[in-house]
Amino acid sequence: MKKLGPLDIYRHLPKTNCGECGEKTCMAFASQIIERALTLKDCPYLKGKNMEALVKMTAPAVRQVIFGKKLPTKIGGEDVLYRHELTYFNETAIAIDVDDQMAEDELLNRVNYVSHFNHERIGQELTLQAVAVKNTSQHPDVFAECVGKVAQNTDKPLILCSFLPESLQAALDVCDDRPLLYAATKDTWERIGEIAREHDCPVVAFADNDLSELKSVVNALQSMGLKDIAVDPGTHPENFTTTLNNFVQIRRTSTSEDEILNCPLIGIPGAFSDPMEEVMAASVMINRFADLIIFHNISMFAVLPIITLRQNIYTDPRRPVAVEAGLRTFGNPTKDSPLLATTNFALTYYTVASDIESAGIDCYLLVFDTEGLGVQASVAGGQLDAYKAKESMEAANAAEQVDHKKIIIPGMAARISGELEHITKWEVLVGPKDSSGIPEYIEKRWND
Amino acid sequence: MDIKQLIQLLEGTGEIELENVDIFAEELELFMSAAEAAAKPVVGYRELEYELPLEEYPGEIPVVKFGNTKGEGGTRSHSLYVGGEKTMPFYRFEHENPHRPVIAFDVFDMKIGLAKPVKVHYKEVLEDPAEWAKLCVEKFGADMVTIHLISTDPLLKDTPVNEAVKTVEEVLQAVKVPIVIGGSGNPDKDPEVLEKAAAVAEGERVMLNSASLNLDYKRVAQAAMDYGHVVLSWTQLDINDQKTLNRHLFDMGVERENMLIDPTTAALGYGLEYSFSMMERMRGAALKGDKDLQCPIASGTTNAWGAREAWMKESPTEGETWGDRMKRGPLWEAVSALTLGLAGCNLFMMMCPTSVQLFREMIAQLSEDKEMKPAADWITRGGN
Repeated sequence: MKKLGPLDIYRHLPKTNCGECGEKTCMAFASQIIERALTLKDCPYLKGKNMEALVKMTAPAVRQVIFGKKLPTKIGGEDVLYRHELTYFNETAIAIDVDDQMAEDELLNRVNYVSHFNHERIGQELTLQAVAVKNTSQHPDVFAECVGKVAQNTDKPLILCSFLPESLQAALDVCDDRPLLYAATKDTWERIGEIAREHDCPVVAFADNDLSELKSVVNALQSMGLKDIAVDPGTHPENFTTTLNNFVQIRRTSTSEDEILNCPLIGIPGAFSDPMEEVMAASVMINRFADLIIFHNISMFAVLPIITLRQNIYTDPRRPVAVEAGLRTFGNPTKDSPLLATTNFALTYYTVASDIESAGIDCYLLVFDTEGLGVQASVAGGQLDAYKAKESMEAANAAEQVDHKKIIIPGMAARISGELEHITKWEVLVGPKDSSGIPEYIEKRWND
Repeated sequence: MDIKQLIQLLEGTGEIELENVDIFAEELELFMSAAEAAAKPVVGYRELEYELPLEEYPGEIPVVKFGNTKGEGGTRSHSLYVGGEKTMPFYRFEHENPHRPVIAFDVFDMKIGLAKPVKVHYKEVLEDPAEWAKLCVEKFGADMVTIHLISTDPLLKDTPVNEAVKTVEEVLQAVKVPIVIGGSGNPDKDPEVLEKAAAVAEGERVMLNSASLNLDYKRVAQAAMDYGHVVLSWTQLDINDQKTLNRHLFDMGVERENMLIDPTTAALGYGLEYSFSMMERMRGAALKGDKDLQCPIASGTTNAWGAREAWMKESPTEGETWGDRMKRGPLWEAVSALTLGLAGCNLFMMMCPTSVQLFREMIAQLSEDKEMKPAADWITRGGN
């Protein structure tokens, strides 16, 4: 594991504390570099030997590979094995597969699905990154025709999947968007490496459950001068333990500064034939270091858990669990507008806020200080009770904000309502258990 | 020659040999910047050896046993074991951890509201905890059953303790698998409920769920010690709280072989990453030797059903679909379980039989070797 401290960086900085990077001191800049909050280019005076040394020092343990020109997708670039050790940086890219023997309408349907997929979830837009085109026919011409069709219909980057050099060559004649080439093997590394070099494309090295061979293939590709290399140690639906163990070994090797296998990892849950199992396999891969997965099922029941898990795992753990407590306003509330309440657990808060915003409700939201716990947990743990709720209402001067002396508390906090009424003399309304019910609640119970 | 030209020349070259070259210090620096090009390996395929990146772990997780059989003072048909890990879950290249994750099905002592994909399995038994427990074991193959005495909550039915613990006896009669006994979450009443429950289950080696910092955990832990049970040390997503509570319990005399820890399970999409990293951190620390955290881990995975994507029939946003709820819901619980299983969780309290089945299949996949087909075939096969 690479362990850099700010001092290691500082040694190579100008040490003038000029402030042009936005930080007060060079030492502060060094810390920001470690956190990847700033980049080396943010220092206008960093040049020559020092710049080179720093570029090398700060290179991530897993090399970052970018494919696609119109909508570039970054994979790899990770520094740590476990997210709590720092954070993960580039979320697992999700590609949807198509094959060159699909009926045209199905093909285009899947391609459009990837292009237009956009699921808004707790203030983030979750998307799919790429289309993986499989050379199922094994014919270069059929493949090229299919790739051409896909490329014409989407700006998303492509992954060209064939073990035949002539197929990849043919496909590159109709797609110049810097696709990812899948895959070079022990037998084809030279020809596919040539193609990758000629078209300046990143390439995947593949070896089936043989990490020595995989390392040798990567090394051979590197010997040709290629740098943008990802690896696939093989996805085994019948024997998935192999795949997981290979993933773990490779990633552990890269985080111990291996110069050859420091490559982004590719997993293929789409190789599973059962859609539910495919979701489970993809979950293992997202949790265990995959930088890119190729997925097949495009039913929302299958895609939703995957993109949600990815959103979770790739959340920066350094981000605070709690938002600031206190009174917030949404829209343009008046003294007659509803006053709602929630907890300061970041996820609860953002979920509630996004439900209120998307419904366009004018209201106040009182954020209780529950020490960063959700409603159910804080009521169970005593971080939220009637007395603490009352304190928050007083601290926020709630009585000055609204005339009606009514507060809507979360449905999950129903058990504090009686006591809260008693000690505040306010009318305590019990809102919905899930904040998605707020718009309807306001519509039916408040506006009437 | 200009150094740039030299680099350009070198770029197309696979191999260079330097003969009769003297290197002076001044030049050495210049040479270094060209080193990348110059040091390029010979173009070609060389058989390289991959070295297993093995790690040494000074720590180990103790094995905890659930359930006593007749010869041991209980009436269970068999015992179950969790723990014994010497590496992270399923890292079989490093070590074969001895026990697979165990799944305890949730049973409640009163009728509760359930999402449809769960309810369809239990609607006949929702008012009969003994039958409910039986169904879990006989039809769904539950390893264990948790009887949650939620009706004791003063805000629900306020069932008197002596009456509530009769349900425990009924469940012990109805099923022969090891059981877990849970309270209602009411901090004032739970210690008494769990004390009495521990007494009626004497000798059975159940797990008491739970001792926590927001109730009189000493009473719960003492009851576990007095009647020969396991105790669950439950905290809320705070590793320091977990260490503190564990230390208190160890200081009281709770043996390592009689305790599990539960750092709280947040649902997929609603903070699962906190639980995931908490467990991963705790297990990592335990393997590295932190004795305060050397315990098997438990999860209330059923919490996954609190996520709206799990329980709701359809997306509340107009024009948006979330897909088949009968698949989506079970996947929500199964993916939550799997994620925590990879982080180090040993005991899963779950609810939906479909989720359990999906999770178990994946555990089996990750725990044993089977015959393999060539992985490269995925390209020539059609889609699923």
